[in-house]
Amino acid sequence: MCSLALVPADYTQMKINQMENKTMEGLQIVVCGTLVPDPLQTLEPVTTPTGPGLKNETMLPSVLDPWAAHSLYEAANLAKKVPGSKVYLVSLGPKAKLQQLMMTVAQKVPFELVAIDGTAGGFTDAMEVAKTLATAIEAIPGLDKTRLLVFGGCASASRDAGVTMQLIGEQLGITDQFVGVDEISMSDDGSFSVLERIEGGQYLASTCAGAPAVLAWATGSLPEPPNNPQVGMANMRFVMPALQKAQPAAVGVGGINFEKSEVPAQKRATRIVKDVSADVIAAEIVEWIKG
Amino acid sequence: MSIQETRKTMSMLPGDEVRQIMWRYSDRYDVQMAVMGARSVARGLVARLVADGERNTHEWTAAKNTMYQAFDDSGITAAGLDTSYGGIIDGPRNFALALIAYELSWVDGGASTTSLVNNLALAPIVEKGTPEQKERYMTLCCPPQPGEDRKTWRGAFALTEPLPYVGVDTGVLSGKVRVAEWKEGEEPMLQVEKRGRFITNMEAANFVTAAVDTGDERIKSSCMIILEEGDEGIFDRGSPTLKMVHQLSNTCDPIFNLKVPASRIVGGYTIQDGQIVPNLNHSEIIEAVFSRTRVTVGVMTAAKLLSAVEPVIRYHRTRFRGAVGIEEGSPRYDLGLQMKEDALHRLADLWATGEAASSLGFETTRLYDDITPIEDQANAQLAEAGINGGRAKMKALREPQERAIECIQLMMLPEGERDESRVQELYDDVMVRYVWLDAITNVLCPACKLWDTGHGANMLREAVSMMGGYGITEDCPGFLFQKWNDAQLEATYEGPEVVQRRHISVTMNNPVFLAQVDLWIHNLTKLAAEQPESGAAALAAGFEMWKWAQKYLSTAADASGARLYRNQRQGVLFPLTDAIAWLVAARSLIADVQELAQQGADHPVVGTDIKGYVNTFNDLCNIQSARAAGEVGRICAELFYGYVDNAEQTGGAAAEFQACRAKLDASLAGSKLAKDRAGKALATIMIPEALDYPA
Ligand SMILES: Cc1cc2nc3c(=O)[nH]c(=O)nc-3n(C[C@H](O)[C@H](O)[C@H](O)COP(=O)(O)OP(=O)(O)OC[C@H]3O[C@@H](n4cnc5c(N)ncnc54)[C@H](O)[C@@H]3O)c2cc1C
Repeated sequence: MCSLALVPADYTQMKINQMENKTMEGLQIVVCGTLVPDPLQTLEPVTTPTGPGLKNETMLPSVLDPWAAHSLYEAANLAKKVPGSKVYLVSLGPKAKLQQLMMTVAQKVPFELVAIDGTAGGFTDAMEVAKTLATAIEAIPGLDKTRLLVFGGCASASRDAGVTMQLIGEQLGITDQFVGVDEISMSDDGSFSVLERIEGGQYLASTCAGAPAVLAWATGSLPEPPNNPQVGMANMRFVMPALQKAQPAAVGVGGINFEKSEVPAQKRATRIVKDVSADVIAAEIVEWIKG
Repeated sequence: MSIQETRKTMSMLPGDEVRQIMWRYSDRYDVQMAVMGARSVARGLVARLVADGERNTHEWTAAKNTMYQAFDDSGITAAGLDTSYGGIIDGPRNFALALIAYELSWVDGGASTTSLVNNLALAPIVEKGTPEQKERYMTLCCPPQPGEDRKTWRGAFALTEPLPYVGVDTGVLSGKVRVAEWKEGEEPMLQVEKRGRFITNMEAANFVTAAVDTGDERIKSSCMIILEEGDEGIFDRGSPTLKMVHQLSNTCDPIFNLKVPASRIVGGYTIQDGQIVPNLNHSEIIEAVFSRTRVTVGVMTAAKLLSAVEPVIRYHRTRFRGAVGIEEGSPRYDLGLQMKEDALHRLADLWATGEAASSLGFETTRLYDDITPIEDQANAQLAEAGINGGRAKMKALREPQERAIECIQLMMLPEGERDESRVQELYDDVMVRYVWLDAITNVLCPACKLWDTGHGANMLREAVSMMGGYGITEDCPGFLFQKWNDAQLEATYEGPEVVQRRHISVTMNNPVFLAQVDLWIHNLTKLAAEQPESGAAALAAGFEMWKWAQKYLSTAADASGARLYRNQRQGVLFPLTDAIAWLVAARSLIADVQELAQQGADHPVVGTDIKGYVNTFNDLCNIQSARAAGEVGRICAELFYGYVDNAEQTGGAAAEFQACRAKLDASLAGSKLAKDRAGKALATIMIPEALDYPA
């Protein structure tokens, strides 16, 4: 039972059953995450025949979406702590680019890739994406929802609809959802507590009776693991077949019509001051921030 | 509209997918992962060390020392080991190691050296060691696996000695090995005395592979011998070299006086008539080691050249932004110094050099990967016939050399006129392939070390100048000043330029190599006819000029009647070696661009802009071929006319020379237009907002 969610009765029963029977079997942690253009690249919005996009988008080098990446590292960390657990990474993106991304990501932590071949553009419709991802998750062989934690980012460096994880949860019938998560602590009985970011630099602490649940992560607290080639080689045994059998998915902008897209304007206001102490400068900046 | 206006140019600097096609590792995931591992260390830890000023001292600091752990964690250390000992790359791995060196050197050459030197120390053992030696040292050098509690061993390679001896002429050693104790029926114990100069990795080394001469009549020859930190006697790491370059590697002048068992002789030994006979002398081992590791050094400088392109573009393009009166959207705001033709042309030259240097380096490492198993098979065949090296081997290789030449000549006949089954039969023959690849690598390896580092250093100076005053400051993005300085060491260690020139001056006369030059001319001429934009015409003409000069000079005499083509006449031979190095580098680039054109069109990522990539790369090929041909023309003219008192003395040869030279000059048609187009591409090419490593 989640402290905040309104839980239907049969669902509560499922949780109770699971608390009694399933906890020691390990978790199935499914991380939803795909590529975004490397944020250091020049990202110039353009209109393409298939809708809005970025200049040279296919060729832009990509990275794993930072929020999703945090959730992947947290997933691996959690899987290590709960014996018998397994991590899946479900990625919707252009196959060739996913493959390139895997050369780095696969070296970070152990996971099994589930690839779906489609656009990972910044203008895709969150509902279409969520449907595609939920369908892919449902199709994972041996999926056991009583052991399932669905992880992902609470935001994205390119799409950032802020609702994708929740929509996936809805599609999968998982109503225990946590957004802006920075920490999960598992108990031996399979229940867990979660810290979610809320306004004012505060955390909301919740406890949940156990899986299934959706956790949309903020940054967590783990650093990016260094590349480990042994992990990479082990993951690659599944990555390449997964990419080969990746099904195409027709994900697009949905019914949305984008009037215009532009990068946020940069404002540069430099004032050169001399002979002023750091304290005075700091005070002035604080005043300026306060508005 | 002219071709100048309509041709699509490259819209982004080449990314990984493009490089994977050009350098032929699209299907090698192990290699791609090794590249990513090295990149994360290079642009993370290594860049931070440089940005934090760690290079400002030659001392080996705790911060610098953290690189070893990072190399271990990311697989860089293991990449040099056989997979049976914990390595991560299957089979010959010269190419993979070169890519790792490329990634590290993209940020800092010294860091690259620190990673490579371990492979250099291990190389004598890997290439020529006994099975026991391989097992012991590769296992110790493999980073511990989860659950293991031990430290990774590091190695150093000690050839160079304090003056007066070993330096360029590695033949004369002061370091000596003598018999210390030799009890009846037991393994002899040896006393090794060796002083090293400029020995890399000495601050950390747990073992050293040292070159020593025999100092005892009971030991037959020189050898390489393995010394360990815990051996009885003196293992003094010595004082640090006061280096002004490569400060992210450590270098010392060590002193060793150690008692070691004879089993440490690299490659083993036998006892014959009461004498210890090393199976291999030090020169034989060094030849095998350097032939491979030198190429990687060339690749290091190549990486730095290519790494300079983006910082220069960014500096030039944004040069005037923020100034009063420079309105956003105005040409000066958008293009900055890129409005000026010279800025673009010089950058195009730098870029083309970096491309050719990389292409040459990677092609050579791939050839070494090809030749490694073939060499083993060939040696096994020779051993079966009772031939074990030396003169007997040279004699035995003459026959396959003739067949290799036959194969090459057949390949130049038009299809339909040649006996395909004979070509195939010759091509598939192990001995033929061995002598053929050996002839090519024996020129390409020293050419890569010579040209990539020597000419590369000159071009890095150009890069620094393109950044103006910024270029000589610590703040210069991309660490260009350090990269320029470091290149001078790359041109020096593992054999300075003179050693490479001496090497080529012998190997370029191999008849199989000369036949290969004919094949290159043949293929380039064909390519030039099919694709005039490829730059192949100038290169073909350059090779023809070189070939003509090589033949002419090999029998010509100077004004006093003295023969020109002699070992001592470095003034004749060395410029010819420089010339061939220019040519082979430009050829490797053309080959890579052809590969991109063929394989890239259907690639899901590269294919969308394949025309732009190929067009601009072709322009770079044109620039490089024209520059190489120009160098060859100048060099050959100096050699042809420089040794006579007046032009008439050249006699009947003059007409032939002039015809060849005129053809070469004419082949430069269009090369400046290509440079204009490359310049235009540089002014429009999209670059990231910021460099992806701290500066
Ligand atoms: C930082 C650093 C790290 C190094 N690391 C190692 C290491 O780990 N292990 C190791 O064994 N060595 C190492 N070296 C040594 C390096 O390989 C030598 O410095 C190099 O081979 C040149 O030898 P030398 O300095 O004695 O030059 P010299 O032999 O004095 O040559 C100097 C110059 O004289 C001219 N010259 C010499 N001989 C001839 C000739 N026959 N014909 C024409 N001209 C000639 C050339 O112009 C040549 O460049 C390192 C050196 C440095 C600086």
